[in-house]
Amino acid sequence: MLNPTTLELVGDREIVIHRRFAAPARIVFEAYTRADLVARWWAPNVLGVEIVSTEADVRKGGRYRYVIRPLGGDPIGFNGEYREVTPHSRIVYSQVYEPMADLGEVVITVTLTEANGQTDVRFSELCPSVHVRDGIIASGMESGMRNTFDQLEELVITLAAT
Amino acid sequence: MIETFAALSDPTRLRIVSLLREGPQAVGAIAERLSLNQPQASKHLIVLKKAHLVDVEARAQQRLYRLDPAGLMAVHEWLEPYRRLWDARFIQMDEVIAQIMRDETQDRKD
Repeated sequence: MLNPTTLELVGDREIVIHRRFAAPARIVFEAYTRADLVARWWAPNVLGVEIVSTEADVRKGGRYRYVIRPLGGDPIGFNGEYREVTPHSRIVYSQVYEPMADLGEVVITVTLTEANGQTDVRFSELCPSVHVRDGIIASGMESGMRNTFDQLEELVITLAAT
Repeated sequence: MIETFAALSDPTRLRIVSLLREGPQAVGAIAERLSLNQPQASKHLIVLKKAHLVDVEARAQQRLYRLDPAGLMAVHEWLEPYRRLWDARFIQMDEVIAQIMRDETQDRKD
């Protein structure tokens, strides 16, 4: 059974996401931060996005860069700096969306709380403006639409072949 | 549509919408619960009504404000794709986590 992912808006610049994982915080923290593991989950494959590369120097002042490629699109990079790394409980880092770096950085705070062998993760994205927040939310719509278009294309190809 | 999101970008209005999840309320009760004065509360309610996020119903001598599903559905549809994007990531993360746990169990056996 899958744990639900919930999303809420707080004020006009923050997106907060909650998710529970069936593992101790130590393991969730490792999966969330270690570059070789991030490579296996950060690109939502079901939406047609794939990972190109992940690099991360997970310590205060260290930097990271993740590159993804939407289906049929050019690679898109995200990078930033770790502001706080408290093993197994809290990570604060900045994130710049490279194609629109001039929009400023989003500050992401991830809080892990373990209870009874499970871990609740609170993921907050604090945006520089309401416009950036709305742009981030719209990015979900774009990848979702791309997926729909892909399915449509597959369907058309299937129909054409019969 | 844009009006809906603009209406919700104000923290006080977001709190009003949140409060109305408990059920219809008169403007006085809303003002009291959120420590606003009545004219402030009324001003926010007008914006929310224009955005189809709340509606008014007359009950006895009172005018009660309640949530309007039309605007809320629009908000849900707006947020849902981004929620799904993270949901897709977390489902993949579940698999990574499950494998780490299997590997650790295996290591202990070895």
